[in-house]
Amino acid sequence: MIWLRNLLFIAICCVAVSAVIGGLVVPQRPPQVAEIAHSLGPVERNEIQAVAVRVDEQFHETWTEAGLEPAPAADDLALIRRISLGLTGTVPSLEEIRVFEARPEEERLSWWLSKTFADRRYGDFVAERLRRAYVGVENGPFLIYRGRRFLTWLSDQLMENRPYDQLTRELIAENGLWTDTPAVNFVTATIDQDGTKRPDPVKLAGRVTRAFLATRIDCVQCHNDNLGGDLKQQDFHELASFFREAENSFVGIRDNGKATYEYQYLYSEETTTVPSQVPFNQHLLKDAATERERLANWVTHPENRPFARAIVNRMWAITTGKPLVTPVDSIPLEGSFETGEYPPGLEPLADDFIAHGFDLQRLIRVIVATEAFQRDSQADFEITAEHEDAWAAYPVTRLRPEQIIGAIQQAAALKTLDAESHILTQLVNFGEHNDFLRRYGDAGEDEFAEQGGTIPQRLLMMNGKLVKERTENNIVRNAATHISQLSPNDPTRVEIAYLTVLTRRPSQEESDYFVARLEDPSLGRRQHVEDLIWALLNSSEFAWNH
Amino acid sequence: MPTKHSHHAGCGGADHFSRRTLLKAAGGLPWLTPLAAQLAAAAEADKSGAPAKSVIVLWMQGGPSQLETFDPHPGTMIGGDTKRISTSSSGVEISDLMPSTAEIMNRVALLRGVTSKEGDHERATYNMKTGYRPDPTLIHPSIGAVMCHELSSAGVEIPRHVSIFPNQWPGHGGFLGNKYDAFKTYDPLGDLPDLPRRVGDERFAQRRKDLDILERTFTRNRRSDLEKNRTLHLATIDKAITMMDSEQIKAFNIEDASQSLRDDFGDTPFGRGCLCAVQLIETGVRCVEVTLGGWDTHANNHQLQSNRIAELDPAFSALIRLLEERDLLKSTVVLCGGEFGRTPKINPAAGRDHWPHGFSVALAGGGIRGGALLGETDPEGEKVTADLTDAVGIADIHATIYQSLGINFHHMYDTPIGRPMAISDGKPIASILA
Repeated sequence: MIWLRNLLFIAICCVAVSAVIGGLVVPQRPPQVAEIAHSLGPVERNEIQAVAVRVDEQFHETWTEAGLEPAPAADDLALIRRISLGLTGTVPSLEEIRVFEARPEEERLSWWLSKTFADRRYGDFVAERLRRAYVGVENGPFLIYRGRRFLTWLSDQLMENRPYDQLTRELIAENGLWTDTPAVNFVTATIDQDGTKRPDPVKLAGRVTRAFLATRIDCVQCHNDNLGGDLKQQDFHELASFFREAENSFVGIRDNGKATYEYQYLYSEETTTVPSQVPFNQHLLKDAATERERLANWVTHPENRPFARAIVNRMWAITTGKPLVTPVDSIPLEGSFETGEYPPGLEPLADDFIAHGFDLQRLIRVIVATEAFQRDSQADFEITAEHEDAWAAYPVTRLRPEQIIGAIQQAAALKTLDAESHILTQLVNFGEHNDFLRRYGDAGEDEFAEQGGTIPQRLLMMNGKLVKERTENNIVRNAATHISQLSPNDPTRVEIAYLTVLTRRPSQEESDYFVARLEDPSLGRRQHVEDLIWALLNSSEFAWNH
Repeated sequence: MPTKHSHHAGCGGADHFSRRTLLKAAGGLPWLTPLAAQLAAAAEADKSGAPAKSVIVLWMQGGPSQLETFDPHPGTMIGGDTKRISTSSSGVEISDLMPSTAEIMNRVALLRGVTSKEGDHERATYNMKTGYRPDPTLIHPSIGAVMCHELSSAGVEIPRHVSIFPNQWPGHGGFLGNKYDAFKTYDPLGDLPDLPRRVGDERFAQRRKDLDILERTFTRNRRSDLEKNRTLHLATIDKAITMMDSEQIKAFNIEDASQSLRDDFGDTPFGRGCLCAVQLIETGVRCVEVTLGGWDTHANNHQLQSNRIAELDPAFSALIRLLEERDLLKSTVVLCGGEFGRTPKINPAAGRDHWPHGFSVALAGGGIRGGALLGETDPEGEKVTADLTDAVGIADIHATIYQSLGINFHHMYDTPIGRPMAISDGKPIASILA
């Protein structure tokens, strides 16, 4: 019998090994995203457009009042570059550009968005942006906080286009194990392992107000000065008290109805038991099974507008690189302190978002359909900082490190690199990605803050290993080699290099210049193409969103 | 931003003679009248010594054990296997694992009662490197970033804030901007990564020229102040090229140093990093942090701490000696410490856990008074130091360093959230300042 068992064991091993080899060596080709994605129909497109028009009315008003002439419309390639960078963290591939340009003009953008939403890179990239708002970039408490698991779960929710109010309620109120119900990592990320071993109501209150209500109430945690706002220390701790019941146990996070929240207020002699209360819109607070559920229902209540405004502002920032209101997580509850008004676009976008079931993909479609999103960043008149501030011209913003590495990898590949790429390609990309980020620097939690480029970043781009490997002679992963060998002539070579790296065609002047360079006999053709791609990768046009 | 302090005339070594010395010679301060005391205080404020110019942080990531390094308690319940030896500073005894350090303790001011409220590695590291506890609303700059922001950059072509062997939390610019982040570098042997050109000089120059064509197209018809006020792209590229071509980058490499000098530091990665730190300071770099990791000894504490100390001991002492020899100690503040100490109580795995309630930090150079000793810990390991006298907060260490650098740490920065923030909210530790 023993030999039979051994035989069985060997057979299982063989099957396992051949499965792994099969998966690694034989390319798997599921249906391509581009093939299954469909543009919205004309009726739906018109509906989105109608909302965008309402949004644009406000922008037009602002432009007229300020006497700003809006920049002309950007061309389609500029628009898909913005969308890809914002929602997938990379530039469009040559392959994608070709398919895009073959589509009928009126449905191109709509199709591009459908394709984006069906692309796993959308879920992963946007999930990472949201994660930074929800739990930050810290490693968090050992074992009981599972960052990767949380991220994958968030990505799944985005791919399913889960209504955002439901997603939020789960983050705030869910019970269970950090592995089993990944939403609870929002709570476990704050557990103080060296101290109380409990989730920290103070941290959670800070996160909830910033991430979901775009209110920086954490300033009043220790004192009553809210820099012009009228929230008090008590408001903060009463909000924190909603988290008092959350505790960590062998079955994960659960609620203990008996827990109390004690706090010693500034200038107070002793600690007091703090009841739970919300800082505004108290009439929307209703009864529920647990304190956290009460809070979650209040936060996501359709009439609690700060909730919709917060995510509208954040999605605008993710899609465009710059929020409507800066900083992204601080929108005054009563509008501008001077006029009581919100910046153009915010309220109509929030209205539509609430009216249509907190649908994130619809929100993004509306954003992309607006004139504000589609302005060029150049014009034949002088563009000023005022133009950018009012979205009369598209603001030039620095790409974040992940967008830079994503764009380098894609620019070197011609073919689209996505979840359908070969597993080995994905593994190599993943390794390169992390290595590059370590050296280029991570933007951290506050990634929409304006930052300039640094010297180490420029050194890494000019002399770094990755750029070298992606431009030198290499037939496997290298656009420069492919372009030099496969293009019929120099003007085409220059054009393809521009399309793959900068997502545009060269101007006549640029084409003439680089064609002349390619003809220079001092270097071989392949080396010339390598130099061309190096210059494109090192340009500010590559490193900035525009 | 212009430099905030004025450079006084340098003071001259052994024959240095301050008004304070004079007052002391006159019989000491106690009998002075209130008016005279005021005059003396005024004289203190106007010291003749030039402020220090640079800082070296020997960063012990993980939390070194005060009981195995600067604050041994042999023969007590908490003492473990560590013995005590006397040092060149009378009355100061440190661990027998640090014989070389013992010889330079007369140049070192020892703080034995440092306390903080942060017991988590990341939060405590942030606290120690910035002087502020983590705050969800903004990121404070580290010492090196503040120095680069406040002090002149004249004549320096390489980054002025450097982290050697950075772990995941090197010094950062925080709200001052990422251009103040520490430049990260590793074992100072061979070329710096990303510094050498990947192609010949001529071809590189041609590439740089090609870039101008692209920049011309990009800036045309866009914001007129795009390069100047927003991207600074070409300016940063040209600064990077200046650095690539600079003779000063030799400071990042210690291969030209004699083997005997390298041996003095203990020819370990950390020792080489410390030697490199001296070369960098000599070249005009403002702040160098050299990280030595592996101090998080939750098990087998004595053995693991001893291994770390074997690297630290020669490097720290050789660093102080070399700075002194090259006449840099007066102008360089050296800090040796980690994010917290370790529990007096030894756990069942023969380890020590995190202990922010009374741990040691060593300071030297700059305006720091060598041989000074401040604070003590409970030999029973019961009482936390905050309840004892002479406890020192993290912010106070920062204020002390800024004071010796002549940086007005009361200066308020405008932060992105609109809340003014002092460079440091601590109080200089008067008793360890010269």
